[in-house]
Amino acid sequence: MSKNINVALIGNPNTGKTSVFNQLTGLKQKVGNYPGITVEKKEGICKLPRGVKAHILDLPGTYSLNTTSLDESLVVELLLNKNDKDYPDVAVVVTDVENLKRNLFLFTQIKDLKIPAILVINMADRMSRKGISLDIEAMEKQLDTKIALVSTRKGEGIDRIKELIADYRSLSTAPNLDASRISPDYFKNLQKAFPNEDPYKLWLVITQDVNFMPIEKRQIQDATSFFTKSKEELKKLQHRETVLRYQFINDTLKSTYKVDQMAAKGLRASIDKILTHKVFGYLIFFAILLLIFQTIFEWSSYPMDFIDEQFAAASEWIKNTLPPGLFTDLLAEGILAGIGGVVIFIPQIAFLFLFISLLEESGYMSRVVFLMDRLMRPFGLSGKSVVPLISGNACAIPAIMATRTIENWKERLITILVTPFTTCSARLPVYLILIALVIPEGSVLGLSYQALTLMLLYLLGFGMALFSAMVLDKILKIKSRSLFMVEMPTYRMPLIKNVGYTVLEKTKSFVFGAGKIILALSIVLWFLGSNGYSDDFQNAEEIVSERIANEGLSTYSKNYIQTNIDSYLEEVESEGLAPSAVRDSVRTLTADLTESAKAQEIASYKLEHSYIGQAGKAFEPIVKPLGYDWKIGIAVLTSFAAREVFVGTLATIYSVGSDEEETIQNRMAAELDESGKPLFNLATGVSLMLFYALAMQCMSTLAIVKRETNSWKWPMIQLGFMSVLAYVVALAAYQILA
Amino acid sequence: MATVIDLAFGQKGIIKDFSEHVLPIKLLELGCLPGNSVELVQIAPLKDPIYINLNGSHIAIRRSLAQLIELDIVEETQAP
Repeated sequence: MSKNINVALIGNPNTGKTSVFNQLTGLKQKVGNYPGITVEKKEGICKLPRGVKAHILDLPGTYSLNTTSLDESLVVELLLNKNDKDYPDVAVVVTDVENLKRNLFLFTQIKDLKIPAILVINMADRMSRKGISLDIEAMEKQLDTKIALVSTRKGEGIDRIKELIADYRSLSTAPNLDASRISPDYFKNLQKAFPNEDPYKLWLVITQDVNFMPIEKRQIQDATSFFTKSKEELKKLQHRETVLRYQFINDTLKSTYKVDQMAAKGLRASIDKILTHKVFGYLIFFAILLLIFQTIFEWSSYPMDFIDEQFAAASEWIKNTLPPGLFTDLLAEGILAGIGGVVIFIPQIAFLFLFISLLEESGYMSRVVFLMDRLMRPFGLSGKSVVPLISGNACAIPAIMATRTIENWKERLITILVTPFTTCSARLPVYLILIALVIPEGSVLGLSYQALTLMLLYLLGFGMALFSAMVLDKILKIKSRSLFMVEMPTYRMPLIKNVGYTVLEKTKSFVFGAGKIILALSIVLWFLGSNGYSDDFQNAEEIVSERIANEGLSTYSKNYIQTNIDSYLEEVESEGLAPSAVRDSVRTLTADLTESAKAQEIASYKLEHSYIGQAGKAFEPIVKPLGYDWKIGIAVLTSFAAREVFVGTLATIYSVGSDEEETIQNRMAAELDESGKPLFNLATGVSLMLFYALAMQCMSTLAIVKRETNSWKWPMIQLGFMSVLAYVVALAAYQILA
Repeated sequence: MATVIDLAFGQKGIIKDFSEHVLPIKLLELGCLPGNSVELVQIAPLKDPIYINLNGSHIAIRRSLAQLIELDIVEETQAP
């Protein structure tokens, strides 16, 4: 470990820093969070010549050591803290050859911290097209460093970086800019008060609002109180620092960097004209969105069905192979179902991040932010919230994970909190079955009532998200100092490797980050649903068997058997089988159906008397005003696992064995309330739909919110706030319609 | 006094001297310094934000910030 060289990869956003990281480390990388905050920490190992290894830390992209976001503070914190275990032996500063002037700003700052710094000039493959020529040797001399000219796209120059890292001890640590030039008097005093500290480091500690070294910072404030300057004066000095740095950079580039202006005119302008056009811009954006949704729904349904089937089969296999008992049930219905519940999200997360990273890599994402910013502003959000919010219409989990790109913490938090209102795909099965049940067929102006209802539900979700964002913007008192500024990078062909890494990373961070919580909650829900304390539960089988022996099967089961036999008879009629054969098979069929009807009735009885069933019954007075009976109450409770569970729970409770939607729907339509009218009428149906539209019924989302906000506080607030809202709205709807 | 929002498409301006406390340091570091040029590239369909080329950096900023950058507009006399 001690032999590893600590390398920090630093650079402006959009310089291809991540590509450099990927090429240096390959798959030997790991992505996590910095302790206590949700800033991504990427690190990896790189093999250098002569058997040396380097530990590479990919720091968040930053324009300078002047912090305006959590990500940037982190960079400054690390570079100022020599005791940090990640403190770099050498910094690799990645720049883009087209934006060298601006990118060198950060480089000179790093250099002034006296950290050995290597300059990587990336995107070298674009030089000839852009008419850029460099005098590397002269530039190395002027900047007092070693330069690697790199093209990550072509994989050129990576070996040179490795050599330079291995050789880092020979790098000069002299500063580019003599810090005292910023203000000779001020720096003289500083140096006098802290003779052992580096003046530029002191300067950063004073000017930067980083919260990592409270002791050190206080020391400085105390000791230097006699010459501490006002904020305005400090800003004036920072201004001076900026001017001095640019003078130095301009002097350097004047003799070493040439651009042929005629060649520099690129495609950018013409593409921008179309992509940010006031009509075509939006049309293209919506077309891309449509394409994304279409593919997410179409493509991910195959792997999701496959995962579903495999887990069901595995669970069946366990139940048949292992001896029956609590452990087998725990394994088959608790743990395996829980893991299945995590894995089932992978296709959606992977596909969404495939598209998001394609959009980001190509440079298009900035244009979306540019187009949408003004529209989002009345809601306290910016253009950066658009993609997460829209992604929520597929699944809130990847949507919330995508909020990392929002630098402003308040905006990010609001986006995280409101995204679950958008209509995710798990609500669809619930909506579809309820709409089919309670919304009459028929149409107005060629649009069917049922389709209109579905559309209204989508609009309600999105509208609710925006409305709550507006409210939260007013309520939340969070100081955020980030200003809106979006870099519009050059359009580039996405690098498949980078896209692949992003997809892999995001999927891993969901599975390992939120997976544990989801698994734990699944097991709890399974336990509550399959265990009970009452005698009724313990003796469910005898009680139900006895009841069937005395009273026969329930009317529903009888009808169910009859219908199945009728359809069987109809089927064989045309085949002209011998009557005796038909009779025999009808007998076996009846026996089978009776057996499964009995099993279903036992399952239903067990669920009714399980902990969750008891809770549902205890819950009944609370949900009664919404038009629900205890059975719906249980379904609502179990859908806390995930919304689509609603349908499955009702199927179990109504002892409908089949998963076929139509069977469940028919059974629901047949359900009567106390007065003998259909239970699922318009009022109950609408009340339920509104409840599902607004309630936070997804433990996976709660788990990911916990991960992304780094505390249980926000997911709990979210849960409380959304549940109360859902209850009130569903209550009002039912009372008005009933 | 002309500012960035007074620029026409493709028009350039040279940033004037300004008092330090007006603009965020962040903007200065991107090259928003007296004497440097700003070119208006695009305006978002809803008039806000504004997409500029600031000293070689292509960035989008909001109107409210753009209004603070004072400049002398360069009359284009370039041959077509």
